[in-house]
Order: sequence, then C-alpha cells, then structure tokens
Amino acid sequence: MTTTTGKSPREVLAAVDQPLSKAALPGWTPWALLAASVLVAVAVLLPGGTSIAAVAVLTAIVHLVLTGAVSRAKEGPRKAKDRVVTALVTIAFLLAMVPLVSVVWTVVSNGAARFDATFFTWSMQGVLGEGGGGLHAIWGTILVTLIATLISVPVGLLTAVYLVEYGGKSTLARAITFLVDVMTGIPSIVAGLFVAALFVILVGPGTKLGIMGSIALSVLMIPVVVRSTEEMLKLVPNDLREAAYALGVPKWRTIIKVVLRTSISGIATGITLAVARVAGETAPLLVTVGTTVATNFNPFEGRMATLPVYAYYSYTQPGVPPQPGIDRAWTAALVLIILVMALNLAARMISRFFSPKAGR
Amino acid sequence: MSTPTQQPTRDPGPGGRGTLATGTTRKGDAVFKGTSTGAGVLILLVLAGVAAFLIGQSIPALTASPEDLPEGQTVTAYVWPLLFGTVLAAIIALLVATPIAVGIGLFISHFAPRRAAQTLGYLVDLLAAVPSIVYGIWGAVVLSAWLVPIYQWLERNAGFLPFFDGPALPSGRTMLTAGLVLAVMILPIITALSRDVFLQTPRLHEEAALALGATRWEMIRYAVIPYGRSGVVSAAMLGLGRALGETMAVALVLSGARIITFDLIGAANPLTIAANIALAFPESSGLTTNTLIASGLALFIITFLVNFAARWIVSRSGAKA
Repeated sequence: MTTTTGKSPREVLAAVDQPLSKAALPGWTPWALLAASVLVAVAVLLPGGTSIAAVAVLTAIVHLVLTGAVSRAKEGPRKAKDRVVTALVTIAFLLAMVPLVSVVWTVVSNGAARFDATFFTWSMQGVLGEGGGGLHAIWGTILVTLIATLISVPVGLLTAVYLVEYGGKSTLARAITFLVDVMTGIPSIVAGLFVAALFVILVGPGTKLGIMGSIALSVLMIPVVVRSTEEMLKLVPNDLREAAYALGVPKWRTIIKVVLRTSISGIATGITLAVARVAGETAPLLVTVGTTVATNFNPFEGRMATLPVYAYYSYTQPGVPPQPGIDRAWTAALVLIILVMALNLAARMISRFFSPKAGR
Repeated sequence: MSTPTQQPTRDPGPGGRGTLATGTTRKGDAVFKGTSTGAGVLILLVLAGVAAFLIGQSIPALTASPEDLPEGQTVTAYVWPLLFGTVLAAIIALLVATPIAVGIGLFISHFAPRRAAQTLGYLVDLLAAVPSIVYGIWGAVVLSAWLVPIYQWLERNAGFLPFFDGPALPSGRTMLTAGLVLAVMILPIITALSRDVFLQTPRLHEEAALALGATRWEMIRYAVIPYGRSGVVSAAMLGLGRALGETMAVALVLSGARIITFDLIGAANPLTIAANIALAFPESSGLTTNTLIASGLALFIITFLVNFAARWIVSRSGAKA
C-alpha cells in the first residue's frame, strides 16, 4: 500500500509513523447499518406490495453492501472484508433458522386442531371421516422403538467395551471400528429392505411384523450406540482402571464397576440420542411393519401402526373427505416432533446433571 | 493363558497356590471377553448379512428375462433413471448445503459470542431432530408453495438454461424443491462435523495469526480453513451419503417418474431409488419385489462407497470428525 517511490519526506514519515491502533467504527455500527438496511428494504418494496421474505432478502443484500462500503471508507479494505464475512456467516446461520422455525410453526399450527383427548384415546378402528386418533400408532412406536432399544443397547454396549478394553489395535477391532463408521451411513430404507429380505426367507413373502421393524431400527441404532459409548469409554482415565487392577479386581468387574459406572451418564446420553434418531424413522417401518387401524400389542403377529407411517398414510391417503385425515397427519407429526425433541432434551439433561464433575 | 507362570499375582492360574484371585474370576473374565467379542463379530455378521440378503433377493430379478419384470425392462434399465434422480437430488442438496453449513460452522466456532455459541449450535442440531416424514410433509405443503414465484421468475429470466427450462410446475413440487428439502436435512450433519473440525484448530496457530495483525477473517483464511479442509470434505461426503439414501422427503415432495431430465422446475421429475422403493414396495409382490430389492442393493453399494471414501479421507488426514 505504502511504497516509497517519489514521495515527499512528509509522506515517508507518515508511512513510517504508523499508529498501532487504526480508525475503527464504533461497536454499534453493525446494528445501525442493519436498521438502515431494513428501512431501505421496506422503503423500496412497500410501494409495490411486499412480503416478509422479500424484505429479509433485500435487507441482507443492502446490509452486506452498506457494511462493505462504510467499513472500507473508514477502516480500509482488510477490515471491510472481515466485516462482510462476519455478516455473511451470520446470515448463513439465520438462513438455517428459517426452515426450523417454519417447520415447527407449521406443524404446531396445523397439528393443534386435532391435538385433543380423542387423538390420544382412539385408534382408527371403524373410523371413517372425522374423529379417530393415533393411540394405536403411539403404542406401535413405543413398542417397536423399545424392542429396538432392547436389542441395540446390549450389542452396542458390549461392542464398545470390546473395542476399548479388549480389541486394542487388533485387525478385528479396526475392522469393526471402520465398518461401524460405514454402517452409520446405511440408508434407512436399505436397513428396512434387508429385514424384509431376511423375513422373506425365514417366514415367507409379504410378511409384515412389529419385530421386523424393531430389527430394522436396531440395524440403524447399533452403530450410533457403539460410537457414542466408545467415545465415553475412552474418556475414562486409565488411572482408574489401573487402581482397580492394583487392588486385585478382575478385569470384567473393573469394567462393570469402574469403567461403565464412571461413564454411565455419557452412555445414557448417547443411547437417548440414538433412540431419538430411530423413533422418527419412517422408511424402514414402511417396508417392514406396514400399518393397520387397530392397536396391536403383539410384535410377532400381524402389522402394527407407528406414528411416522401413520402420518405418512394419513397424509397421502386421507380418505373422503380429506380434511380429517390430513388433520390427523399433522397431529401425528406434532406428537412425533414432541416425542423426538423431548428425547433430545432428556439427553441434554442427563449429560448436564449426571456427568461427573471432573470435566474433560 | 494357562502357561505355568512365575508371576502368580498378575496372572493367577486356576487354583494356583498363593494367588489373590480364585478360579471363578478367571471364568468371569473369559465369559465377559467372549460376549463382548461376540457382540463385535455380530455387527460384522449383520453388515455381511445386509449385503448377502440384498444380493440373494436380487438374483431372481437379475436373472429373469425382461418380459417378466415390471415394465418389461431389464433391472439395469429399470434402475438407471432412478439412479440419475438419486444423484441429481443429492448433488443439488450438497451444492446448497455445504457453503451454508461451512458458514454456520465458522459462525458458531469463531464468530458468535462465546457464551451464546453452545445454544446456537444446539439450535442447528435441532434441525437434525426433526423426523424426515415431517420434512417431507413440510416440503410438499409449505416450501413448495414458497418456491412457486421463484420458479416462475427463474423460468422467465433463466429459461435459457436447461435446468430452468420449465414450464414451472404450479404446485412447486419439483426436483429443485426436493433437493432443497434434502439440503435442509443434511445441513445439521455437515455443520456439526465442520464445526468440530474448526474448533480443533490448534489455538497457537490462531493466536499467532492474530498476533501478526491478521483480522479475524484472515486468521480463519490462513489458520482455520487449511486445517479443517479435509474435515469439511469428509463432512460433505457424509452429508452426500445421507442425501443419497433419504427416502420420505423425496417420496412426499415429488410426484416423480422414472425419467431422465435436467429440468429442475418442470412437471416431469425423476424419482430417486429410495423414494421409489418407499412408494412401490408396500404394494409389490413377486419379481417386482426382487427388482426393488435390486435397486436397494444399488443404493447400498453407492452409499457404501461414498461413506467409505469419506472415512478414508478422515483417516488419512488424521483429523477427527
């Protein structure tokens, strides 16, 4: 910027005598510019009729341009670039909030219509048109997810114990670690197809059972449980293990009484998040469990309704007239969101209140 | 294990004299080790089983003559347009989601006020907690309605591009909408992984850059991004794998067909493998089922390869993701 070719002594002096602090815009500048941008956007768009989305987009653009120009004039190009990037990443974050807010708002406002006692006490048996509920689907989701959890947790937990405590750097352990990573990426529909294909051989074509859904979900759930448990077991300080060994405690008791007990809150968090992940799965249940209109408590006999599949069919095949069916679909979606968010919240609570205080 | 040993306190044989442990503990150890190893092996078997059963159930469709198969086509001809749709939707999602996710990752790791960062990160994580069926219905009802004016504008002003050839579908339930819904769905995954990578940048690199007078952006440009690049690439690939296999969102948004077209906003939209399975499988039987399973096998192989590559990049770079 400041080359010294053919300059007066005064300029040279100015170039050398650079202050460590430079002119800076005051802290409230971004907010002032934002307010100005909003005003500009509204003023431009208001005459021709407008929408919030249009104002937001124009505000963002005007804000970026204004920030760049003002900062460049006062603080120089490097600072200007910094400010523009700050504005850009903030916009990226706000952009991501748009679908979140919109989804929650849409589901709550549409689902509230049928979020009543009938929905939680009625199944769809003998219901045409109005009324009816999702009790059978709620029970189905609880049962299928519960059985999936009962399958996944022991397998996942023991695998993680093997990887951390026994496997070491053996080929088997490395193969398992790698394949568990790959398994987290299996599309859920493929897990469903696998179970469907398995039961075609075991039972016969066209079989749809609650237990099939549970197995499909546990294929998706096991890798998540393994990964999170593994991370937690690795956090347990080796000193604790060595102290237990030094006292003559056998390895398996050390693992159960010391290692697992130390990391139990982290493991519980991971399992809860895994349950939350599979509770909302639709595709594997669609091909393995199907749907039905009555409550079915037997996972080994006949189809079961589950909330996601119930929402799917209520929306795509609402019946005549369509509105009650669509309302039920929204309410099912709302119940599902509440369920999954509650599980997520529970996971945060567990990790916050039950974790050992020593920290990492 | 059972060698007569001179160090009885460390590895006591059953019933050995002067040992601290008894025989039962040895048995307990063996049983516990056996079960946990068995659990690990079970996972390998399940993954092998997924491949084996999918292949086994695909074989009838692969070997049958085309006349017996749905729409009188060979499996390859059946799967090919679906594969095209799958890749197209996933690429749209990836192109939209990656820059935004990297931006959010940087925002949470380096720009947001330290105290608020965790909460803001949690908000983005909430996006991952919304079930796919909800995204599907939302995309079909809300997002597609929002996008209709934009599609009409694109058709008028960018219609010379093959992607916006139109005529714009009045319902807005097009390939581009499906891709955008997928982008929303993979956004939290890519964000979470890239945020973690950015946070792992060595603190000294960052402070060195700042001490040399770099602005925050220059510090990120020269310290954070070079460090996190491979992590971001693998995060994007994991997101791609997720987008390839996502089912319900596409099935609900698109009323697609098995066609190949680059027109993203028109009435005819290519369906994806996963969505096609979800739509057709419940009412399928016989060789149709086998054909659908064969398409699922194709999807499995593709996502496996994508995830494999992503993990390989991670393990090669040594960055944790």
